[in-house]
Amino acid sequence: MIAAVGQVVRRDLLLAVRQRADVVNTLLFFVVVVTLAPLGVGPEINTLRTIAPGVVWVAALLASILSLNRLFALDFADGTLEQLLLTREPLAAIVLGKVAAHWLVTGLPITAMAVPLAVMFDLPRAQAATLVLALLCGTPALSLLGAIGAALTLGLRGGGVLVSLLVLPLNVPILIFGAGAVEAVAGGLSAQAHLLLLAALSLATSVLAPWAIAAALRISLE
Amino acid sequence: MLETSDLECLRGDRLLFTRLALRVDPGVCLHVAGENGSGKTSLLRILCGLMAPTAGVVRWQGEDIRRLREAYWEGLAYVGHLNGVKDDLSAAENVHISAAIAGWPADVATVRAALAAFGLADFEDRPARALSQGQRRRVALARLRCASAAPLWILDEPFTALDTRGVAALSELIGAHLARQGCVVLTTHQDVPLPGRVERVELERL
Repeated sequence: MIAAVGQVVRRDLLLAVRQRADVVNTLLFFVVVVTLAPLGVGPEINTLRTIAPGVVWVAALLASILSLNRLFALDFADGTLEQLLLTREPLAAIVLGKVAAHWLVTGLPITAMAVPLAVMFDLPRAQAATLVLALLCGTPALSLLGAIGAALTLGLRGGGVLVSLLVLPLNVPILIFGAGAVEAVAGGLSAQAHLLLLAALSLATSVLAPWAIAAALRISLE
Repeated sequence: MLETSDLECLRGDRLLFTRLALRVDPGVCLHVAGENGSGKTSLLRILCGLMAPTAGVVRWQGEDIRRLREAYWEGLAYVGHLNGVKDDLSAAENVHISAAIAGWPADVATVRAALAAFGLADFEDRPARALSQGQRRRVALARLRCASAAPLWILDEPFTALDTRGVAALSELIGAHLARQGCVVLTTHQDVPLPGRVERVELERL
């Protein structure tokens, strides 16, 4: 089973490397949205420090949703998804492999990119580190929850907007704890509770979401 | 042995077939024939377990495939009318990765032999986007060369877009599969001489 899932991850990573533009575009989108905030709000340094975690998290959320259409739609169109549904491995495991590959090319680069962006907002070092750590703990859940929406809307017209409407509300807790972690540090408290909750959300969704995604895919392919 | 009883398929409000009873014994190729829109592809998707029939059951070795699930898919090779070939991967990578995911032998020699059997020896490292429609079909079918351990092959219009040599290569492959007591279910509109024991079922438009 591990070998087959490994091959699924390998194929998706290989495809991401060959279609670099898609990956880079998502990352650029993230950077552009974050840089728009200071232009809109103005250069007052304390305001920027206060809004930075929220802005970065909202941008990460949007970027992750934007990249969701790549997750299953291409496989659906060229027939590889059909083949994945007809293997001896449990579909939930295969799906987990696909989402992991998706996170490696979206969630992880977004987390890394948050470092220079935190500097841009002049976040103190402790807060910047918390922001990055929070993204690292929370973005897997973004990919997993997003995948449920992507699987449900597979093959529908205007699926892109529908995915956002389905997934964004589900992501609210992650946004709250993610931005809250940095605020806690700014207020002189420990971010541990927030980070642990984020990690718990990611772990819980990584156990439960694959079954929902697998079921949604089977329904979408009927 | 694959068999169905009282199979019924309703698509939208159209009844495609009802009370369909089929039986595919080892070493037999079932040719599903019928006009466009008579439900051939739907039937094959039901036989694969991709789609649920409105009524009736499909049994593999006497057990309902919806209960067997992964145990059934382990012994199934399906080529649909979508090729399942990734444009950005080379022909060899396509065959290798999809065979490995399915759990079939996928070493370099097997993949190379599979591609060579379909006349793609010189195209191994070419990305699939640079291949013609017929060549992509060959890549999809080359996977079957790795699938000799899967007793049941379900092929939806496997001969489309193939030239005479491609057709001959595929017929030979199907013949070899039947000779080792495999089961094949396929649809085709072409008048291809199929090797081995062929049974024919005609889907009427209702």
